[in-house]
Amino acid sequence: MFAKTKMLLPAALLALSSGALMAQEKVKVGIMVTLSGPPAVLGQQARDGFNLAVKTLGGKLGGINAEVIVVDDELKPDVAVGKVKGLLERDQVNFVVGPIFSNVLQAIHKPVVDSNAFLISPNAGTSNFAGAQCNANFYVTSYQNDQNHEVLGKYAQDKGFKKLFLMAPNYQAGRDALAGVKRHFKGEIVAEVYTPLGQLDFSAELAQIAAAKPDALFTFMPGGMGVNLVRQYRQAGLADAIPFLSAFTVDESTLPAQKEAAVGFFGGANWAPDMKNPQSEAFVKAYEAAYNSVPGTYAMQAYDAAMLIDAAIRSAGGKLGNKDAIRAGLRKADFKSLRGNFKMGHNGYPIQDFYLVQAVPRPDGKFQTSIRQKIFENYVDVYAKDCKLPK
Amino acid sequence: MSMTLLYVQTLNGLQLGVLLFLIAAGLTLVFGVMDFINLAHGVQYMIGAYLAAMFTALTGNFFYGLALALPSALAFGLLLEFLIFRHLYDRDHLDQVLATFGIILFLNQAVKVVWGAAPLSVPIPDVLSGSIRLMDGLLYPVYRLAIIGSGLAIAVLLGILVSRTRIGMLVRAGASNAPMVSALGVDIGKLFMIVFGFGAMLAGFAGAMVAPILSVEPGMGDNLLILTFVVIVIGGIGSVRGAFIAAILVGLVDTLGRVFGPQVLRALMDPSAASQAGRALAPMLTYILMAAILFFRPGGLFPAKK
Repeated sequence: MFAKTKMLLPAALLALSSGALMAQEKVKVGIMVTLSGPPAVLGQQARDGFNLAVKTLGGKLGGINAEVIVVDDELKPDVAVGKVKGLLERDQVNFVVGPIFSNVLQAIHKPVVDSNAFLISPNAGTSNFAGAQCNANFYVTSYQNDQNHEVLGKYAQDKGFKKLFLMAPNYQAGRDALAGVKRHFKGEIVAEVYTPLGQLDFSAELAQIAAAKPDALFTFMPGGMGVNLVRQYRQAGLADAIPFLSAFTVDESTLPAQKEAAVGFFGGANWAPDMKNPQSEAFVKAYEAAYNSVPGTYAMQAYDAAMLIDAAIRSAGGKLGNKDAIRAGLRKADFKSLRGNFKMGHNGYPIQDFYLVQAVPRPDGKFQTSIRQKIFENYVDVYAKDCKLPK
Repeated sequence: MSMTLLYVQTLNGLQLGVLLFLIAAGLTLVFGVMDFINLAHGVQYMIGAYLAAMFTALTGNFFYGLALALPSALAFGLLLEFLIFRHLYDRDHLDQVLATFGIILFLNQAVKVVWGAAPLSVPIPDVLSGSIRLMDGLLYPVYRLAIIGSGLAIAVLLGILVSRTRIGMLVRAGASNAPMVSALGVDIGKLFMIVFGFGAMLAGFAGAMVAPILSVEPGMGDNLLILTFVVIVIGGIGSVRGAFIAAILVGLVDTLGRVFGPQVLRALMDPSAASQAGRALAPMLTYILMAAILFFRPGGLFPAKK
């Protein structure tokens, strides 16, 4: 015990003095994601994806030692605001990475972009911040929320479907999802059903779908709702008769529970674990080895967020104090994204490709999504034109 | 709207009603007999589902899983009663609400620590995995019929238990006047414990039964709990018969209202306004029903006689 203390003491003193000398030589990142409640899986994927990137970079971001502070927003905007202020004022972070959910983003956006830090969203990408309220201190490594839904609308249109049945939970994101699909689908919408948020038994809706006989179903049912809908859709015998198109419903966060029931179901995404490029293949392998689960887009986007920060600090020559240089680096986004083709738009939202993906079984008994076809190339979100930032 | 669709939806409503009854039966007894507000009742439903999922995975058979889950749910209920609830009976309702709400938060996190945050699934047992074609293009899983059947069977058994047996008589007497029952030499503490454990087991049974059709996840009981309170208030607190009638009523109104409400509205107003109004009205229907019933019968449909 004493021997240990004796050995530790000089080391601690050394660390203290060097810490005082190189106060600027550490980059602090606050990760704010949802880690409690049913959607905790998404936050865990994002946290793990980010940590994996930092580990891959040798514990550094842009060549500077990184300190990552993880906080749980509890999916409560008021809690999130309090905690993000803690990150900014007490911990003095240089970057806030988060959140997963759009309502939390609406709450923490202003405190962060008005502070000394940058906000990097690894998932939520609301329309208001992509358009008129865009901000030079806010960057998104995921997508604009509408885009994944647009993929399915475009696919349904191209495929020649005539009648589409739409179903989503009755809240803002649900209504936005259906609006996104309708942007590209010009055929008949036989029904637009809104279910209470958190509904788990869809037997009534399934009977409606069977009665309406659409060419396809489009739905947006994140989390546990999606798990239930997919299994009940299969049990009701609809899976083979009416194609199941969805976004954020069948992905790596829900497939461990949906299993065989989801096989063959379609989704829209900017990436899938079978993306063909060396960096993505290495990432999937490392993630599966470290966390024993298949990474989804949540993990991928958080990994890319770390890589974006790394590239930005590097291009600013490691000068964390030079905010303009960091900002230029974030805008330039000079890193190899796991999804290959990636550019940062002038509104801070990515310009990237979108794919139709399909759930498939894997030889090891797990399930993942697999890319089927490219639907959009270099796709710019529809709100970017309203952003007044310099192009 | 076709007649077959109406039948199918009635069946769906019946299934929800039966499920609500299984949870409400325990809650109404605990509330009625012990005058104890147990918000954590929904958590016992969740625990039942998790136990069924765990034991089914361990034994590889749903029925063994169910058989093991029931006594475990009972034991867990009794443990909660012994550790926590017992000390709350004499406190006022606000203390009970606070304490049992705390238990919800604690157990929702605890199941995540034990079983993980990702939803679990339980396969439908092979014997009941078939389905029948109820209407063109729609299969109705036999398992859902099994839920309705087992729920109705339990309702009958419970009815006999409460109205024909000595313990049932004591429970009814307790609901009317607990101090008097105690004064007549009945160990009211033991009665409370039996009622509580039994209620917990029924909720656990409901959770275990739905595990194959719904995903098992933290917080799965929270939404149902509110509907369950609606059921026991409509039915009359402390009345098992009231809980049964009210549960079926709420199940039917909720399901049929959600599906056919917007269609009825569409006949009355233009489509976009109808879908707007339908979206807002459908979730309110059960509460409107509750308000209407309470207006005419403030004690609920079958209030326990005081």
